[in-house]
Amino acid sequence: MNDAQSAGDAAPLELRIDAKTFLSADGTPVEVVRGLNLRLAAGSFGALIGPSGCGKTTILRIAAGLDTDFRGELHVPGAGRLGIVFQEPRLLPWRTVEQNIRLAMAARDAAADLTELVEILGLGAHLARYPGELSLGLARRAAIARAFAVRPDFLLLDEPFVSLDEAVASRLRDELVALTTRTKVTTLFVTHDLAEAIQLADHLFFLSDRPTRIIAERSLPPPRGTRSRDVIAAIGNEMRALVAGRT
Amino acid sequence: MPRLFSLAALIAAWAIAAALADSRLLPGPLAVGVTILADIRSGELPFQMSCTLARVISSFVIAMALGIAAGYAMGRSRAVDRYADAWLVVLINMPALVTIIFAYIWIGLNETAAILAVAVNKLPNVIVVMREGTRAVDPELDEMATAFKFTWFSRIRHVVIPQLAPYLAASSRSGLSIVWKIVLVVELIGRPNGVGFVLGSAFSLFDMTRILSYAISFIVLMLVIESLLVQPLERRAIRWRRRPA
Repeated sequence: MNDAQSAGDAAPLELRIDAKTFLSADGTPVEVVRGLNLRLAAGSFGALIGPSGCGKTTILRIAAGLDTDFRGELHVPGAGRLGIVFQEPRLLPWRTVEQNIRLAMAARDAAADLTELVEILGLGAHLARYPGELSLGLARRAAIARAFAVRPDFLLLDEPFVSLDEAVASRLRDELVALTTRTKVTTLFVTHDLAEAIQLADHLFFLSDRPTRIIAERSLPPPRGTRSRDVIAAIGNEMRALVAGRT
Repeated sequence: MPRLFSLAALIAAWAIAAALADSRLLPGPLAVGVTILADIRSGELPFQMSCTLARVISSFVIAMALGIAAGYAMGRSRAVDRYADAWLVVLINMPALVTIIFAYIWIGLNETAAILAVAVNKLPNVIVVMREGTRAVDPELDEMATAFKFTWFSRIRHVVIPQLAPYLAASSRSGLSIVWKIVLVVELIGRPNGVGFVLGSAFSLFDMTRILSYAISFIVLMLVIESLLVQPLERRAIRWRRRPA
C-alpha cells in the first residue's frame, strides 16, 4: 500500500502548544492545555494517555489542523496527508461504505484497488451497505479503512475502540497493528486505557489534568502488538508508579 | 384505496348538493366534466394551463435558487444572518398583493413583472426553511470533510446536500402550492392569458361551470406533478434510511 514511503527521511511530528483556552458558556476563559511539547519520530506509533476530560481530543484536533486557535506550533510529518479516525465513526449515512471510503481519497487515487485493505479489516461483505445498517464495530472498521485508504503520512486516532466489546476491540487492535506496521505511518493514538496503549505503541505520553501538559514519556522496546499480558501488566505497574509520583 | 374512497365521497356529496340546489351557480360534476372535455378538445384549456404552468415553473425556479443561496448563507454565517434577518422579516410580512402591485407599477404590465412578483412572494419561505436546514448541518461531518480535504464540490454534493434534502423537499412542496396560487392572482390582475385570467373573466360573467372546470384541471395537474416528480425525488433522497423491518 504505502510501501514507497520510507520512514527514514520523513520529518517527525512536532507539536508545541504554549496555551489553548476555550470560552466557557458564561464567557470566562478556561485554559485546557498549557506548555505541551510533543515530538514523535517519523514512522513511530505514539499514544497519548490521560484521564477523561483532560483535553486529549483538543490536542488531537489541533494536531489534525482542525483547530488553529492556539498559541504554539505544529509541524506534521511528510506531505501532511492526514488520515483520521474520530471517536464516533463519522461516516456519511447516505453513502455506502465503499463510497465513504473512496470519497475521502484524493482524485488521483480514485480508482485505487481497495481489496487488500478491505480484506484485512473484514469489510468485504459490507461495502455496498449503508452505515445505518452496520454494527458499531463494523462502522469503526469502515472509519479505519477510510483513514488508511487516503495513504496518510500522518494518522490520528481518537479512542477508536471505546464502547466495543473486548473481543471486537482486541481484533481491531491487531488489525491496526498490522496496518500501521506495513504502512509505517506516523501515528498518534489517544486513549484512556493504559493496557491498550502499551500493547499498541512505541512511545507513550502521559498527560496531566487540565491545564494539560505531558508529565511523563517513555519509549517501549519493539516489537509492538505482540507484547504478552504479563509484559503489559509489568510496564503498566511501573508507569503507574512513575506517573503517580509526578501529579 | 382509502384516498380513492374519500375522493369519490367528495364528488358524490358535490353531485347531491348540486342536484338539490338545482342552480346555475352550483353546476354538478357531470356538467363540469363536459366543459373540461370540450375545452381540452378546442385547445383552449391546454393553452391557458401551459401559460400558467410556464409562469409557475419560472418563478418557482427563481425563488428556489435565490432562496437556497440566501438561506444557506444565513444559516452558515451569524453575521450575514444578523444583517439580513430584518430584510427577511419585511419580506415575510409583505402582503402578496402589495408585491404584485409594486412589480406591475415599477416594471410594467409584462411577463417579467409577473414572474418576479411571484418569485418574491415565495422567496422568504424558502429562505426560512433553508436557513433552518443549514443550521441543522452536522458540524462533526463538516470536520470530517475538512480533515480529509474534501474538495468544495464533493463537500457540497456528498456532505451538505444530502443533509439539506428533507428541507429542499419541504420547501419545494409548500413552494409549489404557494406559487401556483399567487400566479393566478398575478394573472387576474395583469395578464391577458393563463388560468387566472380565465377565472377573472368567468367571474365577471358568473360562469361557475368554467371556474370549477379550470380550478379542478389545475388541481389535478399539480397533483400529478407532486406524485410523479416531487415524491419520487424525495424517496430517492431518503433511500439510505433504514427501512422499518
